[in-house]
Amino acid sequence: MDTDDDFMSNVSSDEDMIQDDSDNEVSGDEDFGFDDEPDVYIDSQKDVEKKKAAYEVNYKVYQPSDVQKQQDDLVNEVNMILDISREEAAILLRHFRWNKERLIEDYMDRPNQVLDAAGLSQSSVRELKIRSVPGFACDICCEDEPGLESFALKCGHRYCVDCYRQYLSQKILGEGEAARIQCPSEGCNLIIDARSLDILVTPELTERYHELLHRTYVEDKDNLKWCPAPDCENVVECAVKKKDLDRIVPAVACLCGHRFCFGCALNDHQPAPCELVKRWLKKCADDSETANWISANTKECPKCNSTIEKNGGCNHMTCRKCKHEFCWMCMGLWSEHGTSWYNCNRYEEKSGVEARDAQARSRISLERYLHYYNRYANHEQSARLDKDIYHKTEKKMVQLQKESGMSWIEVQYLSAASQALQMCRQTLMWTYAFAFYLARNNLTEIFEDNQKDLEMAVEALSEMFERPITSLADPKLKVEIMDKTSYCNKRRVILLEDTAQNLAEGRWTFNTDLIGSSSNGGPSVRR
Amino acid sequence: MSAPFAAKRLGKELQKISNSLPPGIELVSADNFEEWLVDIRVLDDNPLYRNEIYRLRFRFSSTYPIEPPEVVFVKLPDRPIPIHPHIYSNGIICLDLLGHQGWSPVQNVESVCMSLQSMLTGNTKNERPPGDEEFVRGNRLRPRDIEFYYHDNDV
Ligand SMILES: [Zn+2]
Ligand SMILES: [Zn+2]
Ligand SMILES: [Zn+2]
Ligand SMILES: [Zn+2]
Ligand SMILES: [Zn+2]
Ligand SMILES: [Zn+2]
Repeated sequence: MDTDDDFMSNVSSDEDMIQDDSDNEVSGDEDFGFDDEPDVYIDSQKDVEKKKAAYEVNYKVYQPSDVQKQQDDLVNEVNMILDISREEAAILLRHFRWNKERLIEDYMDRPNQVLDAAGLSQSSVRELKIRSVPGFACDICCEDEPGLESFALKCGHRYCVDCYRQYLSQKILGEGEAARIQCPSEGCNLIIDARSLDILVTPELTERYHELLHRTYVEDKDNLKWCPAPDCENVVECAVKKKDLDRIVPAVACLCGHRFCFGCALNDHQPAPCELVKRWLKKCADDSETANWISANTKECPKCNSTIEKNGGCNHMTCRKCKHEFCWMCMGLWSEHGTSWYNCNRYEEKSGVEARDAQARSRISLERYLHYYNRYANHEQSARLDKDIYHKTEKKMVQLQKESGMSWIEVQYLSAASQALQMCRQTLMWTYAFAFYLARNNLTEIFEDNQKDLEMAVEALSEMFERPITSLADPKLKVEIMDKTSYCNKRRVILLEDTAQNLAEGRWTFNTDLIGSSSNGGPSVRR
Repeated sequence: MSAPFAAKRLGKELQKISNSLPPGIELVSADNFEEWLVDIRVLDDNPLYRNEIYRLRFRFSSTYPIEPPEVVFVKLPDRPIPIHPHIYSNGIICLDLLGHQGWSPVQNVESVCMSLQSMLTGNTKNERPPGDEEFVRGNRLRPRDIEFYYHDNDV
């Protein structure tokens, strides 16, 4: 096993990480020719210092001012090299999806065609202004009253001003389009230029329009993505490509603290690959009616049947009425759980059961799904509750300082524990979706052991974390919590590293394929 | 509901098509500016559609024709859903000219009907779109909220 591990880590790092440095550009970017742009590079220093783990990717976070500067630099450069206005340079760059090299090359070769294609054609220069043309009838609204104000783009397609405005407002406000709004005429590919837009759109529309234009810089580049956190305007750069997503789960963390997947922009879902996540979420949504009653926040005490609400992240439940202690997940006696937590963690494949009729089979597959779903939902819920608890704990941290005389720094271990809990639960949650699709092979046992170890550590920490504030002042507990926190973090890394290495090497077998379903056509749901 | 923009245009269209419509296209009802029903049939001898009449339902938003109309085939005892690799058995049509990207505001009810006519005329495949059964079972969305991939436009 050891030799295998070494072999895998070597290959994966060499292939996926280090190569970037050697040829001085981000791998796979040659078709975009970003090589001498300042905005794309792997932090080479970090690369030299430490070899990245298989579950980590290289990435960089930019703030809005960085992004603006990158755009401005490009526009200025093209403006100087091609001797065209900055406005035209910006339009051309957007047209070429910000691939400066290709723009300059193409422009040098055949300037007129390039200008034509980008809607800046000089051959059909007309006066761009609103006027009324005798005998004009608008093909959109069918209006033909004399004196009707109309406008024609450079392609000559003339419509009344009101129709143009309606059309642009639908495109800009309704569809969020900006850089590539085409002439409303059927089959005309002319892109409406910024000058015509200035003439046609109302001030509140231009604001949104420029905002959208600004966004195209990021949206056009495959290696840039917005941080999806609400109100965060940062941009993350990462070289992982769509086609790599069956081999790597590119988790990144924004400066704002939000952790997300660069591949699909959802919250960090390591160790499950994007495609599995997509399928899992769809399955959960489809099965939500079945799943709803299971994921409910309340359960009945197995002893006295009074309703118990889960109010903390820990699975150790104590009935307020009869003091019965049980496990939220399996409803079993808590006293039996101390060392045998794994009873809750592993789904024993019912290999002995011969599924004769379809009903039994579907019940088994539902049971199997529910097994994983329950654990997934449980951690999802606990992660949320842990967050609440942390907010409460924050106050208690202040209290604790007063009572114990500890300094702010000295109570930070609670903050660290809370963060560890959330991160680990997030990971655990996705290990169950991962496990649901995992076909058994000789590696699954190691995975399940890792999952079990992490789960046990997390539940133990969660329980310590929920103790009353008075016992938190006990220095012995503080040490225990700190130890458990770092142990949790360590177990998480071990699990992620193992799954990531095997994923990179294609060693997992899934009972579903990892190729995106979007490639074979057909309808999909817009989100 | 009064929608001046759409109503103005639809009024003009109605005026025009009440007088004359191309062969094989017949206006069934246009009582308001929100929903029209049109019957179409294929003019040539395509065995897939011979002797059949199909019912189309147009729904217009207040910003029609800036926004495309929602067009579906509706099933009635004497109006089947035509078989076609771009028409789902629930009547939803996967045609780029009806999506936001492919739509042009100079299109109209008549031109859409003609496009659908020729889409049927040119078809030789006696089949539904891939994944029809699953899509029809699972879909609860309105056609305009579905993003189709127009992977082959020459069918
Ligand atoms: Zn008009
Ligand atoms: Zn045009
Ligand atoms: Zn952020
Ligand atoms: Zn993802
Ligand atoms: Zn009880
Ligand atoms: Zn249990």
